[in-house]
Amino acid sequence: MKSPPAPLARLRGVHKRYGELPALAGIDLDVPAVGVLALLGPNGAGKSTAIALLLGLLAPDAGEVTLFRADPRRVATRQRIGVMLQQATLQATLKVRELIELARSYYPNPHPIEDCARIAGVADLMERRYGRLSGGQQRRVQFALAICGRPALLFLDEPTTGLDIDARRAIWAAIRAHVAGGGAVLLTTHYLEEAEALADRVAVLGAGRILAEGSVAQVCARIGQRRIRCTSAIAAERLATWPGVTAARRDGVRLELLTDATEVVLRRLLAEDPALCDLEVERAGLAEAFLQLTGSEPQPHHDLPEAA
Amino acid sequence: MDTTTHPGPASAWRAYLTEARFESLRLWRTPAFSLPVLLFPAMFYVLFGVLLSRGSRDAATFLLATYGVFGVMGVALFGFGVVVAEDREQGLLTLKRAMPMPRGAYLFAKMAMAVLFAAIVSLLLMALAATLGGVALAPWQWLGLFSVNVAGVLPFAALGMWLGTHFSGAASVGVINMVYLPMALLSGLWMPLSMLPGIFTTLAPLWPAWHLSQLSLKLIGADAGMAPALHIAVLAAVTAAFFFLALRRLAR
Repeated sequence: MKSPPAPLARLRGVHKRYGELPALAGIDLDVPAVGVLALLGPNGAGKSTAIALLLGLLAPDAGEVTLFRADPRRVATRQRIGVMLQQATLQATLKVRELIELARSYYPNPHPIEDCARIAGVADLMERRYGRLSGGQQRRVQFALAICGRPALLFLDEPTTGLDIDARRAIWAAIRAHVAGGGAVLLTTHYLEEAEALADRVAVLGAGRILAEGSVAQVCARIGQRRIRCTSAIAAERLATWPGVTAARRDGVRLELLTDATEVVLRRLLAEDPALCDLEVERAGLAEAFLQLTGSEPQPHHDLPEAA
Repeated sequence: MDTTTHPGPASAWRAYLTEARFESLRLWRTPAFSLPVLLFPAMFYVLFGVLLSRGSRDAATFLLATYGVFGVMGVALFGFGVVVAEDREQGLLTLKRAMPMPRGAYLFAKMAMAVLFAAIVSLLLMALAATLGGVALAPWQWLGLFSVNVAGVLPFAALGMWLGTHFSGAASVGVINMVYLPMALLSGLWMPLSMLPGIFTTLAPLWPAWHLSQLSLKLIGADAGMAPALHIAVLAAVTAAFFFLALRRLAR
């Protein structure tokens, strides 16, 4: 088996504090050369700081930050990346075509302008002014700027926050197309569903440290929990008090519970309710893993408002 | 290992020029910026230099010099101050720093935009002066006034940019007006300082705008008589100091 290619970007023993407040307390992170790495964590976990360091916007207090084995603060290093930042408003009075043309001028060998538009799905918006586009359209334009320079590594900071489901799926499709073309992505997101849908690897950050890292399945396996679903009359409140059960709730006739002692709990369930049926057992998802690792709830991923 | 193309001079220049072109276009398409900075100096000039001076050619000539300085101050202070404040606030500056925009392209683009707008303001005033104002000057004087105006962008661009690094987009408009309008009055840009109490003349050398106006007035023989090198030195020092302070804040 041949060894995987060297990581495109890495943090090694990186510390960063703002005044008295530590943002990163010694983290190591490798961004693989292919696929999507999702950086997850509650607000204040250090995600933005890690991204800012990798983009050369900040310098670490201690440790080493490298992008393509070089200093990210060099322009030539950053010519191999594309960036989409959540909190950036582009020039409202410029047309989409002009914004893409400007971003292309930063790169030595950019995609032709029509290709950028096609990849990001903005071909029909080229002559419109950025300020007059909807939230979802603006994100697609930002994505077009991010990919225009044929980047080997794409930084996407909360690319779909505030978008409706159709706009979100359009961005996902564009991200998948970039990865299919051999590109790598570092993604931060509040939506665990997004990480599950896109990421090959996830790193969970909490309080300035990496709490878990690996494939989605590995991170979920780390917490060892299973989700049991069944149709049963047993009261959820009573179930929640059983040893080995970490959470239980009822949804109509369906009962759902989380456990770290699957076999014990299953035997007791079957013994107490002979009428129990429609039994399903599965590994707990990223949301449960996230909750257990960070001790905080992920952002709910339904009822998303459309950004104005 | 690292075999990708490094930015040759050609590609960096392409970024500089594209950035400058779109920065100018962007402000041109922002009427709240372009109309006041382009038209106010011309309107004031027509009002005070032509209509209210009752055909005095001396007044029309004097005010051509000082309104040129007034116009250039507006272009540079607002074009740098308010726009830098907004770009900072909206995260555009951070995005540009993360993207591989060549260092200096942002500043170059803003400077090119300010020079272009200053040239338009200056030509507009000169056209009004030569026609409505009946101002007659030698070619070298016209050229001299134009050059002072265009070069005069520098100190006020630096001052504006420094202000823009301290305030939000909305606040910076007010703050810049509080610097712009009093300095114009105190430097004798609207009316000669001789028409104001003596203290104004004594304090005048404190204001960069006064030094710039002295260079313009020297070209028409109406200055206070100090050496041009002194004015240039003061303006150069103001430019260097505020650019240094502004860039240091932006680099954080």
